[in-house]
Amino acid sequence: MERSKITLLSTLLLFGLISFGLNHIHVADDSGQAVTLIQKYSYYYDILLTIGINIILAVGLNLVNGYTGQFSLGHAGFMAAGAYASSWLTLSYGYALGASVFATTFSFVVALLLGGVAAAFTGLLVGVPSLRLRGDYLAIVTLGFNEIIKGVIQNCDALGAQRGLGGMAQHTTFFWTYAFGAITVYVVLSLVNSTYGRGFLAVRDDEIAAEAMGINTTKYKVLAFVLGAFFAGIAGGIYAHFKQFIYPEGFNFMKSVDVVVMVILGGMGSTLGVCVAAALLTILPEVLRYVAHIEALPEWLRHIAENRMIIYSLLLIVLMLTRPQGLFGAVNLKRKKA
Amino acid sequence: MADKLLEFLQQLVNGLSQGSIYALIALGYTMVFGVLRFINFAHGDVYMLGAFAGFYFGPKVAQIFGHGAAAGSMPLGDLLNPSAWIVLLLAMALCAVIGIIIERLCYRPLRERPKLTVLITAIGVSLFLENGGQYAFGVDPKSFPDIITDRALEIPESWGKISGLTITLSQVLIFGVTLLLLVVLRHIVVKTRMGMAMRALSFNPVAAQLMGINIDVVISFTFGLGSALAGAAGILTSMQQPSIDPLMGVNAGLKAFVAAVLGGIGNLQGAALGGLLIGITEALVVGYGNPTYRDPIVFGALIVILLLKPTGLLGASEREKV
Amino acid sequence: MLKLTYTLGLFGLFALAGSLCLADDEIKVGEFAALTGGSASFGQSSHKGTQLAFDEINAAGGVMGKKFKLITEDDQSVAGQPATIVRKLIAQDKVVAVLGEVRSSATLEAAPICQQDKIPLISPAATNPKVTEVGDYISRICFIDPFQGTVMAKFALSKGWKKVAMLTDVKQDYSVGLAEFFVKGFTAGGGQIVKEQKYSTGDKDFKPQLTSIKASKPDAIFIPGYYGEVALIGKQARLLGIKVPLLGGDGWVGDSLLKVAGNSLDGSFFSCHFSAEDQSPAVQEFVKKYKAKYSGEVPDDMAALGYDSAMILAEAIKRAGTTEGDKLKDAIATTKEHKGITGVITLDAHRDATKPAVILTIAKGGFQFVESVAP
Repeated sequence: MERSKITLLSTLLLFGLISFGLNHIHVADDSGQAVTLIQKYSYYYDILLTIGINIILAVGLNLVNGYTGQFSLGHAGFMAAGAYASSWLTLSYGYALGASVFATTFSFVVALLLGGVAAAFTGLLVGVPSLRLRGDYLAIVTLGFNEIIKGVIQNCDALGAQRGLGGMAQHTTFFWTYAFGAITVYVVLSLVNSTYGRGFLAVRDDEIAAEAMGINTTKYKVLAFVLGAFFAGIAGGIYAHFKQFIYPEGFNFMKSVDVVVMVILGGMGSTLGVCVAAALLTILPEVLRYVAHIEALPEWLRHIAENRMIIYSLLLIVLMLTRPQGLFGAVNLKRKKA
Repeated sequence: MADKLLEFLQQLVNGLSQGSIYALIALGYTMVFGVLRFINFAHGDVYMLGAFAGFYFGPKVAQIFGHGAAAGSMPLGDLLNPSAWIVLLLAMALCAVIGIIIERLCYRPLRERPKLTVLITAIGVSLFLENGGQYAFGVDPKSFPDIITDRALEIPESWGKISGLTITLSQVLIFGVTLLLLVVLRHIVVKTRMGMAMRALSFNPVAAQLMGINIDVVISFTFGLGSALAGAAGILTSMQQPSIDPLMGVNAGLKAFVAAVLGGIGNLQGAALGGLLIGITEALVVGYGNPTYRDPIVFGALIVILLLKPTGLLGASEREKV
Repeated sequence: MLKLTYTLGLFGLFALAGSLCLADDEIKVGEFAALTGGSASFGQSSHKGTQLAFDEINAAGGVMGKKFKLITEDDQSVAGQPATIVRKLIAQDKVVAVLGEVRSSATLEAAPICQQDKIPLISPAATNPKVTEVGDYISRICFIDPFQGTVMAKFALSKGWKKVAMLTDVKQDYSVGLAEFFVKGFTAGGGQIVKEQKYSTGDKDFKPQLTSIKASKPDAIFIPGYYGEVALIGKQARLLGIKVPLLGGDGWVGDSLLKVAGNSLDGSFFSCHFSAEDQSPAVQEFVKKYKAKYSGEVPDDMAALGYDSAMILAEAIKRAGTTEGDKLKDAIATTKEHKGITGVITLDAHRDATKPAVILTIAKGGFQFVESVAP
C-alpha cells in the first residue's frame, strides 16, 4: 500500500482511539460524580467539532476557489443541501435498519453520504453555468444559487420551511467529524498532486492557454464544483446532527463569506494553510468572547471585543493589504499584471 | 375586468418605483466597475451612510432653512423647500468624501493585485461599515426626519379609471431624479474631459497613464461620484421608506448589484434598465405569485440571462485578448 | 508554524483561566442573546430587561443571601452559535439556569443541550410550540401562538369582519405561527381569508403586497409582524388608499412604531401583554426604571419579557430554596399567578405561559385599552 494510504488509515485509527477515549474516559466533575470527558469539557468539544466541520468546508472550497480559481460565493448553499438531505433521511428512515448502535450509526453514515451526493448534484447545477462566466459574474451567480437553494428550502414544508428542522439525533462524534476531515484532505491532496491537479492549476492560471493546450477546462471546472459541493454536503450533514437544529437563514451569504475568508486566510492553493485558517477562525470568536469578559481591561476595549464582527472585518482588510497570499499562500499574489 | 387592469397597472407603478431605487444605486456600482473593473461591495453601505447623514443633519438643516410645510398649499410646493435639497447635497458630498477615503485607504494599495484580493477587501469594508454602523448608530431602526412629506398625488377624475391608481410624490421624485442623474452622468462621461479620462482608463489603464492622465485623480473622482449617487439614493429612499437601520444597505445593495450585472455591468443605461426590470419582476412575483420566491426568481432570471448573454442585456461583448 | 503555536498557546491560556474556580457566593445565571447581527434589535432589548431585573434583585439583597451574576453571551444571530454558547455557559461558567432566546430557532438549538445537562431554560419570547416539547427543563413565559392567534381571530369575528387578508413575515417564526392560528380560529368561526401575502424582515417596500391585498377587498388586514416593518406597512397602506383597519399581535410593541407610522395606524387593533402606555403602577415603575438605566430609552415588548423571565427565575429559586437543577425546574414549572410586567403569568402543564391578553387600539398618537381576554 502506498504511503499516503497508510498515513490516512493510521490517522483514522488515531481518531477512532481519541473518540473512544473522549466518550469513555471518566473524570470527576465538581460534585464528585463521574462524567465523560465530553460532558466535562462540552464547550471545548463543541469548538473542536466545529473546527472539524469548518476544515471540511474550507478544504472543499479551496479546491474550487484556490486550486481551480473559480470564485464561488455560494458554498453555504451546498452545505444546506447536504444538511437538509441527510436530516430528512435520518428523521424518516433513521431506524429502518434497526435501533442498535451499529444500525443507527450505519444509517447515519449512509445518510451523510447521500446528503453529500445531493449536494454534489446541486454543485453540478451550479458548475454548469460557471462554464460560461468569469470572475465577478461567477461570484454573483454562485451567490444567486445560494439564495435559490435557500428559497427552495424555505418553501418546502416537509423540510420545516422557514421555521427550521429539528429533532435530529446527535449522531455526530469526534471520530466521524475528523474522519471525514481526514478523508477530505486526503482526496483533495491526492487529486491535486496528480495530473488532475495540473489541470486545476492550469485552469486557474490561464484558462485560454489551458484550452489551447488541449486541456478540457469544462471537465476540471465541473469536477471542482461537484467535489467541493460533495464535501460541503458532508459537512452540512455532520453539522445538522451535531447542533440538532437547522434553518435556512443559517446557510446564508454570510456563512459562505465565512468559509471564503478561511480559504483566503489560509492561502488559496494550500490545503494545510486552509486547515490552520479554519481552526484559527473558529477559535478567534471564542477568544474574543473571553477577552470581552476580562474585567481588568478598559471598557472600550471590551466593547470592541464584544463586537467581534468589527474586528473580523478589519482583520480581513488588513490581511488583504499586507499579506494577501494568506498564511501559507502558494500563489504569488503580489506579482504585477502586465 | 377594469379592476384587474387597475391592479396590474398599480403593480407596474410599484415595480417602477422600487426599480428606480435599485437603478439609482446600480448606477454607482456600474460606473465604478466600468472604470475600474471592480465591484465595490461596500456601495450598498455607503447608501446606508447617506440615509444616516440625512437623519443626523436633517433636523438641524430644517431648523435653519425652514420646513417644507411652510410652502404647503401649492401643488408641488414643498419641492421648492430648500432644506430638502440642502440635505440631499450635503449627504451626497459626505458620501463622496467617504467613498474617496475608502478608495484611498483600502483599494488604492491593491491596484496592482488580482481582482480577487480587492473583492475580498471590499467585502471586509462592507462588513466593517455594517457592524460599525450597528455599533455607532445603535441597532434599532430610526425614524427618518420628515423633510418632504410623502403623499399620494391626486390624479384628476377626468383621466378616467386611471384615477384609481396611487402614485406618490416620492415615487415621482425618485424616478425623476434617477432619470436626471442618468442624463447628467452620460453628459459627464461623454462630453467632459474627466469623462474622457474615465473612458480611457476603462479601456486601458496603462495606456491612459502614458497619455499623461493622472489615474489617481480620475479614480478618486469616479469613486466620489459613485458614492455621491449612493448617498442620493439613501436620502431619496428614506423619504419614501422612513425607517432606517445600519443593515438597510445589504438587501438593496445586493439587488442593485444584480441589476447592474443584469443590464450589463459598465453600461449606465443597462444599470437603469436592469434596476427597473428587477423592480417590476419583484412586484409581479409578489403580487401574483408566491412572495417567498421573490428573491430566488430574481436571481434565477439573472442566471438565465447571463447564460444567454454573458455580458448582460446591454453589455458589449468583450473580446478577450490573449 | 509560529502562528499555530501561538494560537494553541492562546487556547491553552484561556482553557486554564476558564477552569479556575470562581466565587461561590454568587448565583450564576447564563443568558444567550443576539446582541449583534440581524436580530440585534430584539436581542439587545431582552438583554437590557433581564439585566435590569437582576440589578434590581441584587440591590434588594439578592436571593437566599446570594447575589446574582448574569453571564451574557452574544450569539451574533448566527446559526450554530447558540449551541456553542450554551455549552460554554453550562460547562465552563457552571450556570444554574439559562435565559434565552428571543428567536425560536436559537432556542431550539440550545434546548436539547439544557435538557440533556439538566439545566433549566426559560425563554422570554420563543413562540414555536416545539420549544417546550424538547423536555421538562424547558419553559417559556410568552404567549404561544395558538392562544394569541385565536384571540385576534375571535376579536375580528366579534367586530363583524368576515373577510380578512393576511400579511405575514415569513422570516419570523413568531409571525408564521401567529398567522397559522389566526387562520384556524378565523375560518372556524365562519370567516374567510381572502388573501395571504408575505414579506421578509428587513423589507422596506410593501406596495406590491398591499396592492394585491387591496384588490381582494378585505374587511380588515391581519399583520402579525414586528414593529419595524408594520410601521412602514401602515404608512404605505394608507398611501395606497387602503382604509380598512389593521390587526396585529404583540410584535407591534416598539418605540419606533408610532414615530415611523405617524397616524397611519390610527384605528388599528393589536393584542399584547405589555405596553409602555399602560397606566398601571407596576408597568409605569418598570418604564421609569428602564428609562433611568438606559438613557431615556422606552422599553419594548422584548425588554419586558426579558425582565419577567429573570424575575420568574428568581422567584422560582426562592420557592425551591435551592439552585439544584431538578428541584429548580419543578419550581419554575409550578409558577402560578406571577405578577409580571407582561401580565399575570401561570405556567401550564406544558410549561407554556397562560396569561390574559390585552387588546389595544391606536388613536391620537397613543395606545388605548379596548378589552382584556382571559386564557
